[in-house]
Amino acid sequence: MTLTRFVRKNALRNKRRSILTLLSIGFSLLLLTVMMTIWRAFYMSDGTAESANRLIVRHKVSMANFLPISYREKIRSMPGVKHVVNLTWFGGQYKDNKPENFFAEYATDPQEVFQVFTDFEIPPDQLEAWQKDRAGCIVDTDLAKRHNWKIGDRIVLKGSIFPVNAELTVRGIFTAPPGMSGLYFNNIYIDEGYPRVKGYVGWFTVLADSPQAVSGLAKSIDETFRNSDRPTKSESEKAFNLSWIAMLGNVKAFILSICMAVVFATLLVSANTMAMSIRERTREVALLKTLGFTRGTVLALFMSESIGLAACGGLLGALAASVVVRGMAASPQGGLLFQNMKVTLPTMLVATLVGAVVGLVSAFVPAYNASRGNIVDGLRHIG
Amino acid sequence: MAVPLQYNIRNLLLRKGATVMTALGIALTVTTAIFIMALLAGLRDAFATSGEPNNVLVLRKGSTSELTAGGVSRDALPVIKDLPGVARDAQGQPMVSGEDITVIVLPRTDGTGETNVTVRFMTPTGIELRPRVKLTEGRWFTPGQREIVVSKSIHKRFAQANLGDQIWIGKGNWTVVGIFDSGGSAHDSEIWADINQLASDYDRTYYNSVYIGATDPVAADALKNRVTNDQRLELSGMLETDYFAEQTSTGRPIKFVGVIVAVIMAIGSCFAAMNTMYAAVAYRSREIATLRVIGFSRPSILTSFVLESLLLSLLGALVGIVLMLPFNGMTTGTQNPVTRSEAVFSLRMTPFVVGSAVVFAVLMGLFGGLAPAWHAARREILASLRD
Repeated sequence: MTLTRFVRKNALRNKRRSILTLLSIGFSLLLLTVMMTIWRAFYMSDGTAESANRLIVRHKVSMANFLPISYREKIRSMPGVKHVVNLTWFGGQYKDNKPENFFAEYATDPQEVFQVFTDFEIPPDQLEAWQKDRAGCIVDTDLAKRHNWKIGDRIVLKGSIFPVNAELTVRGIFTAPPGMSGLYFNNIYIDEGYPRVKGYVGWFTVLADSPQAVSGLAKSIDETFRNSDRPTKSESEKAFNLSWIAMLGNVKAFILSICMAVVFATLLVSANTMAMSIRERTREVALLKTLGFTRGTVLALFMSESIGLAACGGLLGALAASVVVRGMAASPQGGLLFQNMKVTLPTMLVATLVGAVVGLVSAFVPAYNASRGNIVDGLRHIG
Repeated sequence: MAVPLQYNIRNLLLRKGATVMTALGIALTVTTAIFIMALLAGLRDAFATSGEPNNVLVLRKGSTSELTAGGVSRDALPVIKDLPGVARDAQGQPMVSGEDITVIVLPRTDGTGETNVTVRFMTPTGIELRPRVKLTEGRWFTPGQREIVVSKSIHKRFAQANLGDQIWIGKGNWTVVGIFDSGGSAHDSEIWADINQLASDYDRTYYNSVYIGATDPVAADALKNRVTNDQRLELSGMLETDYFAEQTSTGRPIKFVGVIVAVIMAIGSCFAAMNTMYAAVAYRSREIATLRVIGFSRPSILTSFVLESLLLSLLGALVGIVLMLPFNGMTTGTQNPVTRSEAVFSLRMTPFVVGSAVVFAVLMGLFGGLAPAWHAARREILASLRD
């Protein structure tokens, strides 16, 4: 019998216990994987290369405070700016206020929006049709699939921020990277339907020459409008997306504290199991030692058993997490927050590794004690 | 006959290591669950308990928020004042307050950046319409002066919000002359100032919203419909309590993630408790057989082990509750999607939250203990005694 086989046999000697431990560790590390995935999606994704070229200019106070459209030409004239487009969050209601009928609705300029969002793709004839129809709109492929929309369909959005009911016709279906998907329609619709906001828009998205130009450009834009009636706040698209998350509160602390609780709980479970399992085998350990196994080998045997078990738990948890995350991404309850979230391979590896480390730490004390134990006492032990 | 509870307690004490570790695992799960529930309870408290049952909020038709409304013309006010059911103050004036809301950026005291804060411009009648809001320091603003009154939590959370400090709003500096306590309602995140001063700053001819005090809740309901149906006004009325209750949706993402976290952790802890209880049963198989021989029935053995598991989880719940106590009342902020500014709320371990946590733990103990207890009760006496 090889040592690996010995470890494997021992790990499964009490099948019920092994399975319960695996499940318990697995569920905890599943949660850890989900939290790591959320963390990764919120704070570690760099976005697309195109996104790095863009910055967003909004009112210093909030997106609910509008900016005059005249800013657009002023921004366009600045060095380093390729294209500028205005966007306004319409926030209308489609059908009812159920979460599954909620999606992003933007009023914008059809002539330039595709030049700024270089990563959007749409058939040229559909784009042209949209540009020609003031009451037209375009929707992204996922949204079109979800609501079963086809070109030519009518969509009515009941205005809540604006006293305008947008009655739109789908003119195109486009693909967009995560975060910018939704429905886009012509800003003229709001201007004419609600003259009080005519000439004002929610924010501007600017396409810069290069990613390096973005931060300098943001500073000079804010500098330009600092002493105006409506000062601006400009930031990269990534920083802007982060600010949405920051609105929820201290998300980082929330995730971190859950992760810590989870890891600690896993540690307890694993330590408890190993302590029980090793105590049961006191006599066997003494026997192994009489057969000539050194203390080091005995220690290594127990440790690898524990590490193997916990790492398996971690892997199981990570695999289950990818299913859970897929469910979260699809659930309307989560809103736009978890859209497109996926468990990546590195995250799974980290979860498995965390499992292994937990196994190592939790088994050390009982395994060490067992390996040090006196042979005669061990043989006399009554389980 | 039931096995004495003492037997279970002694057994838990005997196997200290396993007991402590399992209970701590359950405690962590309970702590997490309490944390999330307390967060949601605080949010609910801040919004759902806000608003006076007598008050009717009037907004432009179709608008759902005070911030984005922007459309009650000043001409509408006399019409509203004449509606039947409007309460009158001591001087016999109708209790109607035209209001406006704006959002400003303030730096946080703890240096974690800037946050949006809501400024509510109102009339002195507006203060009377909110009798639960109490002045704790200084005085209310004087109409026609650039004076503001800040809430207690804004005073605590932001620099330059002390008595006598100046805050830049709109076109000039305003002086803090008072601090109010809103009793945990949504006004807890607001600054109050005089509407007429704002109107002259911005040359505004309309209010964002109008608050009406009705004589009683029944009149408020009638008044709400009367405003909505009045053809001259093109406005819609709603009960103030309903308006704030809507804003609880702020907590939706927290709730969504929170429920997932709590359920997954609970399942994990269930398995851990099951593990411990199976081990406890295995250790005592001869003991159990002896109990059977003495005359304890299978059901009483089953009950005894389930009780032991429940004791374990209750211990966990207790530790979890104690661990969370220091966080009770801790204030935190999130963004209110309706007003786009910081909504301050505190973690609240209400009796309901603590009660649910205990129930939660008991469920874990029950599920964790049932299978092992069943196993213990089913074993053959002879086989166990020979073990």
